[in-house]
Amino acid sequence: MPIIEARGLTKTYPSKSGTVHALSGLDLDVPEGTVKGLLGPNGAGKTTTVKVLNTLIRPDSGTATVDGINVLSNPQGVRRIIGASGQYAAVDENLTGLENLEMVGRLYHLGIKRSRVRAAELIEAFGLTDAGSRPVKGFSGGMRRRIDLAGALVNNPRILFLDEPTTGLDPRSRIGLWETINDLVKGGTTVLLTTQYLEEADYLADHISVIDSGRVIASGTSDELKAQIGGHRVVVSLVRDTDSDAARSVLAHYGTADPTVSDDRRQLDVTVDEGPVALQRVLADLDSQGVALHDAGMRRPTLDDVFLTLTGHRAEATEEDNDSTQDQEISA
Amino acid sequence: MTTAISPPAQSSHEPYQPEVNGALATWFADGWTVTWRNLSKIKRSPDMLIFAVLQPIMFVLLFSQVYGGIIQIEGSDYTNFLMAGIFAQTVVFGSTFSGAAMAQDLKEGLIDRFRTLPMSPSAVLIGRTNSDLCLNGISMVIMILTGFAVGWRFTNGVPSFLAGVGLLLLFSYAFSWVMALLGMVVRTPETINNASFMILFPITFISNAFVPAESLPRPLEIFANWNPVSALVQAARDLFGNTQEGMVRDTFGIQYPVITVFIGVTLLLVIFVPLCIRQFARTSSR
Repeated sequence: MPIIEARGLTKTYPSKSGTVHALSGLDLDVPEGTVKGLLGPNGAGKTTTVKVLNTLIRPDSGTATVDGINVLSNPQGVRRIIGASGQYAAVDENLTGLENLEMVGRLYHLGIKRSRVRAAELIEAFGLTDAGSRPVKGFSGGMRRRIDLAGALVNNPRILFLDEPTTGLDPRSRIGLWETINDLVKGGTTVLLTTQYLEEADYLADHISVIDSGRVIASGTSDELKAQIGGHRVVVSLVRDTDSDAARSVLAHYGTADPTVSDDRRQLDVTVDEGPVALQRVLADLDSQGVALHDAGMRRPTLDDVFLTLTGHRAEATEEDNDSTQDQEISA
Repeated sequence: MTTAISPPAQSSHEPYQPEVNGALATWFADGWTVTWRNLSKIKRSPDMLIFAVLQPIMFVLLFSQVYGGIIQIEGSDYTNFLMAGIFAQTVVFGSTFSGAAMAQDLKEGLIDRFRTLPMSPSAVLIGRTNSDLCLNGISMVIMILTGFAVGWRFTNGVPSFLAGVGLLLLFSYAFSWVMALLGMVVRTPETINNASFMILFPITFISNAFVPAESLPRPLEIFANWNPVSALVQAARDLFGNTQEGMVRDTFGIQYPVITVFIGVTLLLVIFVPLCIRQFARTSSR
């Protein structure tokens, strides 16, 4: 039996522009000891899913169990065995790193003495020994995230919920945190994480569920998802955007689907069946038509391609998309 | 830092067993933990403490020294008359901090963190109102000392004086719950601060806090006589023995101020404690 099981979750929120369907019949299974990544753009319902499972919000309908405990009828039971870290590092600025963790331990009812021992243990494990007794106020974003993540581990949880654990971090801190999470998982903790970063899901998750408009639209390992859309992609980069239409028709001729064209009309790519052969032919045709190229090549599909194929829009929202989906992210 | 950091060995996946058990024991422990956390905050950011200390001193000095010379209260000295009013105003304003702090915790995601912990569902609110009571208590002591320095004297004996102080703090405690609810509903600390000033300034000024109600224009006098803040001020003034001689009492609240304050405090707590706990259980960031 999966350690996390959700069936038919729905949740709506009133908003200025009508009702937002944050979840519309979401099913989810996470086997014990695995890392499940929820992948999707802003407003897809990732955060709402995690918040239902970690007892922060009640769904309008549907059922969910965590380690066999019903989330709706016994939220306190669930809280005892999980650790949760939200989208923003939830740390008290005025407490030191150690005090933050001690507080969490005491609220897990570990007792003051054991909470202190556990706090020191985690501070050391997360490489924050030097900073541990300073107020969090002066910490960098990466350090705050570490304290937050450490806070989710205080009770040695069986299941860990991480909502966009590396959002807002610089690339170095992000990779550092990935390694930390990876080490953690080796110990057998089940993790449910949400992310907007395709490489993050690729790096951390055993299984990925792609979420869009409040339901799971595809599931599988990263490789399985990529295999679903198959083949290679041929990518060309034009010198002149006036060549765009000519290049587009060449790609369309050899591709198995419509080519995608970037906003500046100079980057084009298309899915093909036989990558190397298709690439040679594309190059020959473009050359005979006098289309000048900056760059051309072939690549394996990325999760972004998966997302585009499945939903018709890119996973990493553009600026405008961000604005329009922002008010859908409200969740209480 | 990109060095791989190994978290402590999670050899067994058994979550730690709680050492504190039982509903009452965990309720006390959780309430105390949150109070401790809030008080540490006061210790770490002294600007809050300075505000809590300096503002009352400033108010006592400003009113007694600036207006004391011209405001004549029949049957009483103005400084003696004023002090209960200043005390009441300061503790009522002090309670707004509960709302701003709840909104701040919500904004920073701390409420989400608390709500995923197996803690008592009222502990955050208990801790909040407790620590704000402490802060108000500190303000109170400072004001009393400043009052003594500018010549204020209570004349009904120490027990009655202490009862007056206790009553003021009790009211501020109950009012903290109102503000805490507001903080969770409004959700932005700045709005809480601005809105509460807009409401609390008129409520505290259109009362008997700074001048006798009968000196106000008739419509304001009626408002002042029914204003709960007036009952609080009158109760404290009576208990301190600072009431002006020959004062007219024409509403229930002014005739029986102590009973009125007790009724008010009970009502506030009976209504707002359950509302707060309910709101807390469904509050989540964003």
